[in-house]
Amino acid sequence: MANRPGSRRAIEKTQRGIIYAILIVVSVIWLFPFVYLIFQSLFKVPVSKNFFPGAGNWTFDNYINLFTNDAYPFLKWWLNTFIIAVFTSLLQTVFVLMTAYALSRLKFNGRQGLMKLMLILGMFPGFLGMLVIFYILELLGLNTSIFSLILVYVASSAMSYYIAKGFFDTVSKSLDEAVLIDGGTKNTVFWKVILPLSKPIIIYTILVSFTGPWGDFMFGRYIVTAGSIPASGWTVAVGLQLLTTKAGNLEYGLFCAGAVMVSIPITALFFWLQRYYVEGIAGGAVKG
Amino acid sequence: MTTIQYLSLTKPQRALITIGNFFAGIGLGIARFFKNIPYLLFKLGKKLSGPFVVLYYAAKNGTWFTRANFLIMGCSQIFHKEFFRGILYLLYEVVFIWFMIKLGAPTLSKLGSLGTFARSSSYVLDPAEGSSLAIGLGDDSFNILLYSLVTILLIVILVVLWYFSIRDAKSLQDNIAIGRLSKNSQFFKDLMDNKYHTVLLAVPLVGLVAFTVIPVVFMIITGFTNYSQAHSELYDWVGFDNYTSLFTSFSGANGMGTVFLKILAWTLLWALIATFTNYFLGMVVALMINRKGIKLKKLWRTILIVTIAVPQFVSLLLISKMLSNSGFLTRLFVDWGWVPKLGSPFDNVVFSKVLIIIVNMWVGVPYTMLICSGILMNIPEDLYESAKIDGASTFKMYRSITLPYMLFITMPYLISQFVGNINNFNIIYLFSNGRPYFANLPASFGNVGETDLLITWIYKMSMESGTKNYAMACVLGLLVFIVIAVFSLIFYGKSSSVKSEGDFQ
Repeated sequence: MANRPGSRRAIEKTQRGIIYAILIVVSVIWLFPFVYLIFQSLFKVPVSKNFFPGAGNWTFDNYINLFTNDAYPFLKWWLNTFIIAVFTSLLQTVFVLMTAYALSRLKFNGRQGLMKLMLILGMFPGFLGMLVIFYILELLGLNTSIFSLILVYVASSAMSYYIAKGFFDTVSKSLDEAVLIDGGTKNTVFWKVILPLSKPIIIYTILVSFTGPWGDFMFGRYIVTAGSIPASGWTVAVGLQLLTTKAGNLEYGLFCAGAVMVSIPITALFFWLQRYYVEGIAGGAVKG
Repeated sequence: MTTIQYLSLTKPQRALITIGNFFAGIGLGIARFFKNIPYLLFKLGKKLSGPFVVLYYAAKNGTWFTRANFLIMGCSQIFHKEFFRGILYLLYEVVFIWFMIKLGAPTLSKLGSLGTFARSSSYVLDPAEGSSLAIGLGDDSFNILLYSLVTILLIVILVVLWYFSIRDAKSLQDNIAIGRLSKNSQFFKDLMDNKYHTVLLAVPLVGLVAFTVIPVVFMIITGFTNYSQAHSELYDWVGFDNYTSLFTSFSGANGMGTVFLKILAWTLLWALIATFTNYFLGMVVALMINRKGIKLKKLWRTILIVTIAVPQFVSLLLISKMLSNSGFLTRLFVDWGWVPKLGSPFDNVVFSKVLIIIVNMWVGVPYTMLICSGILMNIPEDLYESAKIDGASTFKMYRSITLPYMLFITMPYLISQFVGNINNFNIIYLFSNGRPYFANLPASFGNVGETDLLITWIYKMSMESGTKNYAMACVLGLLVFIVIAVFSLIFYGKSSSVKSEGDFQ
């Protein structure tokens, strides 16, 4: 029976219908928190237990407060995070590419050992070292500024060589050999062969290291509390996390509006460079 | 036994044979290991004795300039006009000696006791100013430990450089003897070519050592002290006391060992469930989106990617707000009778664990979906064609083609996900924060609860105000490392795509 073309087409049709239904449900579930967030940020008196603000309850006050409130200088937080993110992504990308190229292309003593060492180091809970890291920052006289986070992020960039190395591994070696035979050095290979071919992975690394600082609140908060940095020197993540711990209506509204203001630029950036991100993580997972 | 014989057996018998082979394999593996020991020792000995041989010949056949390098690094290089290298060697030696006199030697001498009188006890109240003034520098165990670590590191570097300078001096001498004068320019050219890795790796590795290696080593060492709130300035070596107190306190519900086992069990269960739910749901969603005839593929994918694009702490904090006592979802749960009135969704152990796993799916499924979509498109279409001709059902094709292919390729991803989930700090800390909390625990345990993972427990124990049981947190940190290392070793050994690193080149 099932082999009759008519019934097969019917089965196909119902299957497709079911799939569409599931996909719609999935989409609703995945978008729900963000829709909720946007509505919440537009409530006059934010109440987290209602979904829609009722008629006449719409307002932009939360957004206005966000940029005028002195106790929670959101604009400063945003700028601080932006500066940190820009420097981190530039430096980190350079270091990641350098490390990945060395580990992928140059054969030297201790290469395997170094890779194993980094694998092992990655297995320790990183924040237990925060005391020491903070002490080192203090020695360098950097403990009173949030921008020391740049140093902290960049210093560990060698550990994230993995995906870029996986990419370099797939670039054909005959290109290197051609350059070396023509009298070029390994330095020329890096600049003239590998980098021009690595646009996707470069953009991927920039994107990932740019978005990282926006979401990290652990190191940020530790440095803020241990170095007693005033509110004007915080990052967005530290500030917003602190807002959620306060019970007031003002803070809740600010949190929602602030979360929207953080999410919009990052999401926009992400969609712009989405193709590279997908290539990066898919490639990294396949190559391992 | 031949393959035919094996195939003629019934399934239970085959299983028995497989099990038998497994145990026989263990024996064989151990035997092979012991058989290899002499060879490994020989190899190790050869490797270790190499530098000594070089040093011996440098002392025996070296000119006086080469021999002077034993005392003054870079001496021979400078004489032979290799100024760049020579001055660097010499500079390091000078700085090292200065550091040792100034700081290194005094600190190292205190390493055994970790300091005797506290810095705060050397403060007195100045009656005129009404404030405290320091009259002498006391000891601070933290400083002593950290500086000792740095000193030891510098000593190791000195020994390595000392060896290199002598080897370099000897080869310089040999080259001159056969009339081949090396030049500084050759040295720089080497840096751009044969020794290019030193140029590339220098800065990243300095960062790695200062901000990762030293902290990690410091952490391991601290596990053998009694650094805590009560001993914050001066602390002592306690040997394995922390470990024994952890592993002997299984009596009662509030021994540290009992809590540790509970949390370890939940951590592993969590990592397992979280990894597999994400993986299979992500794969199912990817299969649905990539199915032939489904329209708007890009739209579905984009909707899911929003979750990745929005910073994770924003979405997690938001969901935790929705589940707060007056939150939107909590109200729904109360209406449906899942949560008692005026209660929190995190009062019930099972309910909060299920909630966490569901929220984790919400966070993690999009990643798996992206990865799986990429791979699904690469599965050769003719495999499906031929299966279809043979009359295979959709499910059968999924089980025999899609799943094995996916599992094979994404094994490394799966492992890293598992490890990542063991250390999944954000989702627990920002979301349930460990609730429901254990009752009647000593304050030194931190505010720990049923849904805490080892990693969040460590954080609470070491970082949150009021606890600061730092030494114990370091012990737990090392145990987390051991758990992860064991699992990674088992899985990495089995995964074939790790073994074939160079196959793509």
